[in-house]
Amino acid sequence: MSIYINDKTRVLVQGMTGNQGSFHTGQMLAYGTRIVGGVSPGKGGQSVEGVPVYNTVFEAVEKEPADASILFIPAPFAKDAALEALAAGIKILVLIPEHIPLQDAMDIMAQARQNNAVVVGPNTFGLVSSGASKIGIMPNQYFIPGPVGVVSRSGTLCYEIVGHLTENGVGTTTVVGLGGDRVVGLHFIDVLEEFEKDSDTRAVVLVGEIGGSAEEEAAAFIKSSMSKPVIAYLAGKSAPPGKRMGHAGAIIERGRGTFESKVEALTEAGVKVADLPTKVPALVKEVTDGK
Amino acid sequence: MKLYEYLGKDLFDRYDIPVPEGRVVENPEQAAEAASELGEVVVKSQVLTGKRGKAGGISFASSPEEARLAAEKIFNMELGGFTADKVLVEKKVQIEQELYLALTVDGTAQRPVVLVSLDGGMDVEDVPEDRMIRWPVDVTVGLQPFMVREICRKLGVEGNLQKEFIKLLPRLYKLFREMDAELAEINPLALTSQGLIAADAKVTIDDDALYRHPQLPRIKEKTALELKAEELDLAYVELEGDIAVMANGAGITMATLDMVQHYGGAPANFLDFGGGADVEKTSQALELLLGTNPRVLLINIFGGITRCDVVAEAFARVRESKGIDLPVSFRLVGTNESEGRAILEKAGIKSFTSMDEAVSHAVKLLDAS
Repeated sequence: MSIYINDKTRVLVQGMTGNQGSFHTGQMLAYGTRIVGGVSPGKGGQSVEGVPVYNTVFEAVEKEPADASILFIPAPFAKDAALEALAAGIKILVLIPEHIPLQDAMDIMAQARQNNAVVVGPNTFGLVSSGASKIGIMPNQYFIPGPVGVVSRSGTLCYEIVGHLTENGVGTTTVVGLGGDRVVGLHFIDVLEEFEKDSDTRAVVLVGEIGGSAEEEAAAFIKSSMSKPVIAYLAGKSAPPGKRMGHAGAIIERGRGTFESKVEALTEAGVKVADLPTKVPALVKEVTDGK
Repeated sequence: MKLYEYLGKDLFDRYDIPVPEGRVVENPEQAAEAASELGEVVVKSQVLTGKRGKAGGISFASSPEEARLAAEKIFNMELGGFTADKVLVEKKVQIEQELYLALTVDGTAQRPVVLVSLDGGMDVEDVPEDRMIRWPVDVTVGLQPFMVREICRKLGVEGNLQKEFIKLLPRLYKLFREMDAELAEINPLALTSQGLIAADAKVTIDDDALYRHPQLPRIKEKTALELKAEELDLAYVELEGDIAVMANGAGITMATLDMVQHYGGAPANFLDFGGGADVEKTSQALELLLGTNPRVLLINIFGGITRCDVVAEAFARVRESKGIDLPVSFRLVGTNESEGRAILEKAGIKSFTSMDEAVSHAVKLLDAS
């Protein structure tokens, strides 16, 4: 089992004919994702990797029903494309682009709430249910099936940690990238709740970073509502206050969102916090072995 | 992008939010002239640093001569590492009560949030939680009068002040949405005999939406290197150490810095050259780093959207054209890893597959240099 997506999930790629869109269409197909169509206005009738391209999302879903859509659309046009997908009935929307304006992101989330749709991102690597379906841009070889659910605010750091798990023979159920922006669709709590319900997930790895209060909120949820063990790694221990460390949300402002406050909250909730990415597999094995 | 107070007040004025009458001046003589027109004035340094008042960047003046002297002092004053090019001279407002009003983004609720308190004028962090009313606004509905009435009920505000709030809040909300603000804060919001007046303005515009606002000036209070990085669209922060770090992705770049510190080294910078950069952009990022004269260079690449061959190609190219004579620790894995590794090997460069090894090697290189 897995959360959000599985081998039956039917996927559209918006912006399929672009450089990133076509490259990652190939990568996702190679992983086994069921891509049923692409959308690039004005490019209808073409095909990418044998997948037909349509002019609009409505046209695409008339021909081939779809559950999810992944966007490779430049940030200034992402809101329009996202609202189009939601209007056409897409229930899982993966927003890859970085630099989507904040007000646009809030407009997208408001519409998604009304449609009961799940938004992953923006500024995310996407999500993957290992061995079944990948809707994202992560390197294929690290995502093998296994008992661990992973949820992360950052992309490459998540690959690093999943890479260590894979090296140690530990696979994953689903890996979800929340995205590095200030306004994103899914939060730690949403994903933790799904992992708690998923019968195949036996432990969860949470990859967080400084800034905001998402890790503290996750800690409160873990304490009150989770029976499964959670391991965490947090980036930004050495970051100076007041400086934005790449991600829009990764900033210690007025003494809030510090590394220490997050470690304290998580530890208090019974979460084991690894001090190096390499130490995550051992902590995971401690809680999954013999179960 | 943070706006100077006078630019924030220009926006307020455009959205019919009352501000004190004032003039922006560029020298002490102009300040004196402004005071002769306005009477009793407050002279305010136009820098972006908070704590401007405590640091002496705000003075009151009751004559043109006093205004001239105050402005002279402020123009010569360094605040948070910057001196003011402009000073705002404003008519002094008779304040009956100082309130607080702001619109910002609530990431958890994914909505704009209105913040209102009857305790203004102080540092917002010092306002007790229960004295601050927070009202998240659904953007599909917008800020409606009933919400303001409810906010007023919670504040215990009635009568004329409630009427003033019902006029003012939707205007600030409109500004916040239309101008792509991340923050629009009025502290203090002055209650006067003429009604509510914005005595200060703190407005931050979303960098990602600046392209929609070509009429706004571009404000830059950054070091020369940070400016150069911005031109190249790189996320760059200068730090104190001597190991230059380049990685792809904000999270892993932070983790790399943490690990440098863990092994006893000190990073010289944060540099995330982003996902999917081409050879040209990667070369420019490398050149920028080398320009900071670090003692050791640490490159940590875990390719996803970033391709290893592109980074290796850029490194080989920069080494050929500019020469890289400092010790380098290179870690390269992920998309197109074998192609990248082949390019590095051809150029005679050793690389690691593990982040731990590459970081601890970089710290050893520093100790040896």
